[in-house]
Amino acid sequence: MTDSLIHLHGVTAGYESVPVIEDVSLEMPSGEFLGLVGPNGGGKSTLLRVVLGLLEPWAGEVSVLGRTPTRARRDIGYVPQYAMFSRRFPISVRDVVRTGRLGRTRPVFGYRRRDKAVVDWALSTVGVEGLAERPIGTLSGGQFQRALIARALACEPKLLILDEPTANVDPGAESHLFDLLAELNREMGIVVVSHDVGFISGYVHRVACLNRTLVCHTTAALTPEVIESLYGHPVSAVQHASEV
Amino acid sequence: MSFLGALSEHGFLQLALLGGVLASIGCGLIGPYVVVRRIGYLAGGIAHASMGGMGVAYYYGHEPLIGALVSAVLAAMAVGWVSLRWSEQEDMLIGALWAVGMAVGILFMSQASGYNVDLMSYLFGNILMVTGADLYLMLGLDALMLGLIALFYKQFQAVCFDEEFARLRGVPVTAFYLLLLGMVALAIVLLIQVVGLILVIALITLPAAMAGHWMRSLLGMMLLSALVAVVATSGGLAAAFAPDLPAGATIVLITAALYLLSLAARQFTTGRRAAR
Repeated sequence: MTDSLIHLHGVTAGYESVPVIEDVSLEMPSGEFLGLVGPNGGGKSTLLRVVLGLLEPWAGEVSVLGRTPTRARRDIGYVPQYAMFSRRFPISVRDVVRTGRLGRTRPVFGYRRRDKAVVDWALSTVGVEGLAERPIGTLSGGQFQRALIARALACEPKLLILDEPTANVDPGAESHLFDLLAELNREMGIVVVSHDVGFISGYVHRVACLNRTLVCHTTAALTPEVIESLYGHPVSAVQHASEV
Repeated sequence: MSFLGALSEHGFLQLALLGGVLASIGCGLIGPYVVVRRIGYLAGGIAHASMGGMGVAYYYGHEPLIGALVSAVLAAMAVGWVSLRWSEQEDMLIGALWAVGMAVGILFMSQASGYNVDLMSYLFGNILMVTGADLYLMLGLDALMLGLIALFYKQFQAVCFDEEFARLRGVPVTAFYLLLLGMVALAIVLLIQVVGLILVIALITLPAAMAGHWMRSLLGMMLLSALVAVVATSGGLAAAFAPDLPAGATIVLITAALYLLSLAARQFTTGRRAAR
């Protein structure tokens, strides 16, 4: 259990009186690239909030990196949905990425030299070092997404969590993005949250399907019938000849 | 007599000019945060609620600005608490605080002598009445704000840009939000002497919004909006002097005119860039 990146056992959580997720159990071994899929309203964001320690579950056990979520936070790199941001905020790409150093740098005054080194590394890892001084509002969707990943990498995470990284990103940028994640997966565990089952299954090791309750599939077992039962109605999904 | 001639002759004008500069520094430091966090309405509520403390201090014969300082900081904490806990009724509750603070202030002031003259100067400012002691208070408030921002610039930036991410990085987001509102309260007290509490909101938001047209960082916005505020307060003081106009109102109208000019220039330059 201490080797697990994420350990959930019988987790139930929600808002007010309605449970959004119920009796969810999940074991994510280190080094895994996990896809978390499900229909909108199926509880993906709620589960994410529980794992990040932003929402206290009603019942069940949660541990992340062998610790409570709140204690594990500093080692988690979180990439939120980029559509939530005001594009007009006066901040450069470099300054956005730097905020990933909070919690690791000194608490007062500016950042340190070591922070600069980590930020430079994060910017070049995702391939936006040439855009570092640009205002964040001038980036394209794919570039913005990469800047947010660089910010998460600046946290020097052991676990990277991405919420709908392919929304608002054109298809070409999408496959580049997953190539980058496959690369990063050599160093850290990755969870990608998506409502797009078809695309994700070509890259991840395992797919966790969440629609109030959670069912895990290896990518090979993800047949159209399984997807249909998850969504409750037929969906058009491409069947991948995925590796086993 | 020309303004410059009068300036070299009259000590009160020199104090007024210095007061305007010190108040402008406060505007420049806090305005950009108010604009990017979109808390202009909250700032308005804090400004008007500060009338309560001012009236109470006035009635008991204490320095009204100290009363304003205490009640503005208390109002900032109340406004912050409301916006965090009861966000659904935020506009109603802040509106109520806004009016109740004014009502308390007016009630207390009406029971003291000299009511009408002094009430007008608190509502609409009287920069010509700035004293040496006021300047020391203003200098202290500026230094306090500057110190806090120098210490925590990166946290304030992170909290304003992405509050949830800042929380995940272990930044005490609520504390920094309340600290930010506390600094808004300090800036309001700085500006009450210059333009009065009703007009305060224009000097906090307009120079910063204007700086936002041209600057690409919070720090850049701070520098430019402080400069704009210095130009507006000094220019307003000079323009109001000869025809004996109310300086506060003149300063606000000059600020608004500068903002509109900047907006037009911004439209013009982006329009040309788009046409290219």
